[in-house]
Amino acid sequence: MAKKPEKKQPSTTGHSWDGVEEYNNPLPRWWLITFYLTIIWAIGYVIAYPAIPLINGATPGLLGYSSRAEVQKDIDEVNLRNAPLTERINDLELAAIAGDEQVGEFAFNGGKAVFQTFCAQCHGSGAGGSLGYPSLIDDDWLWGGTVEDIYESISSGIRDESNDYTRFSSMPAFGADGMLGKEEIGILASYVSALSGINGAGEAELAAGQELYLQSCAACHGDNGTGDRFLGAPDLTDAIWLYGSDMAALSETITNARAGVMPAWSGRLSESQIRQATVYIHSLGGGE
Amino acid sequence: MGILDKHGAIERSATLLMVLSLLVVSIGGLVQIVPLFYLENTIEDVEGMRPYTPLELAGRDVYVREGCYVCHSQMIRPLRDEVERYGPYSLAAESQYDRPFQWGSKRTGPDLARVGGRYSDQWQVDHLIDPRSVVPVSIMPSYAFLATTPLDIEFIEDRIRADQMAGVPYSQEMYDNARADLLAQLDPYSDGYDGLQERYPGAIARNFDGQEALTEMDALVAYLQMLGTLVDFSTFEPDESR
Repeated sequence: MAKKPEKKQPSTTGHSWDGVEEYNNPLPRWWLITFYLTIIWAIGYVIAYPAIPLINGATPGLLGYSSRAEVQKDIDEVNLRNAPLTERINDLELAAIAGDEQVGEFAFNGGKAVFQTFCAQCHGSGAGGSLGYPSLIDDDWLWGGTVEDIYESISSGIRDESNDYTRFSSMPAFGADGMLGKEEIGILASYVSALSGINGAGEAELAAGQELYLQSCAACHGDNGTGDRFLGAPDLTDAIWLYGSDMAALSETITNARAGVMPAWSGRLSESQIRQATVYIHSLGGGE
Repeated sequence: MGILDKHGAIERSATLLMVLSLLVVSIGGLVQIVPLFYLENTIEDVEGMRPYTPLELAGRDVYVREGCYVCHSQMIRPLRDEVERYGPYSLAAESQYDRPFQWGSKRTGPDLARVGGRYSDQWQVDHLIDPRSVVPVSIMPSYAFLATTPLDIEFIEDRIRADQMAGVPYSQEMYDNARADLLAQLDPYSDGYDGLQERYPGAIARNFDGQEALTEMDALVAYLQMLGTLVDFSTFEPDESR
């Protein structure tokens, strides 16, 4: 075996503790080079990007980078790419979008994305709604189920005080405001049950409550209880009940009234996004 | 090498090492912190920002007390996907009256910087009482007790004073009327409504939790419904130098 070449003994720092001495080895070269490179990088960075604070602002850097300009650029880029589609969506008649060869599918998928981001929290990710939040997959519409109606509801909202065009109506709180007594409310609840044939109510309840109903409820819900979409007054003859159909829920509704609120989306979503959501919701099964 | 060889002298004297270290660390700190106090573009002037109303402030205290910030941030970053989902990116000015701010970087739940007006009051109440009743996949805990806990407003003036001392520009008038303003925000038809609007322009007044009693739910929902709504972004011109 060849003898190992004699290694040069490194010098020591001169420290000695109980005979233990400290070598004075230089730093590893790779480490030093990396260290110097980071310094050079930092100098370049300071020149290229905003860095050193001065009297009124920081040095802007040669690249003129700004996080705001950057995000605006990203947004503009996507908008520009989609512009032919979104412009066509905005130009078309609402009813014609879904069937349009160029933008029909885009509008449906875009509307789905909008729905999942902004609408699903209340209406459910499958649009089935829940107690107090209308289902959008049936054909029972409070304010109408044509594309124009749906568009209007999304755009201006329902009972949203911040929007001047919002859909508005308010049911009187018959019990809380003392317009009807407890007994009368019970009679009315039975009558309404009978209208849609629930809770075992029938002819007798109908006869007992008719006069009261015509007096207090018919103005909005119609003489035969089919509701009025102009007022957002629900149909009372079907089996779909937004706030529950048992006697307790019905009495609660008549006593304290209901007034669901939906925010207007015209300020948050773009015209095209609202139109896309309209197309999507209209397609869910109940669209008229 | 000259001067570079002299480091031994510093390292051998503990006092000198400490004093010089302190000097170096101070310079580093000052360079980072001091410019924030005078740079004009740190906090730009935006229209619409106002100190929180007493009710919103009380709601904010509930928010902080319940640790909402542990899961929810209040800062929309300037990135396209965040702007698409949450709305315009947050401005420094929008948290200028926050003591302390609620920015955060960890999101177990969604960002709340612009949650105001996005849902109805009823939804906020339903969701706080039982999150799963409206969002089946939610892992948020229930805060049903807020609806039954009366809001303690005994020290509301002191609360305003505390923020005042920390630099929030509450006026003496706001301090004097704190209690009246808080109650007025629960009823848009009350006598105090005009005063509230005068002191806190654009404050939304209504019965937030739908109950007769003044509860912590009222305060928290009032705070949430205000979040991110003070600056009107349809008229906002971003300063490119930021």
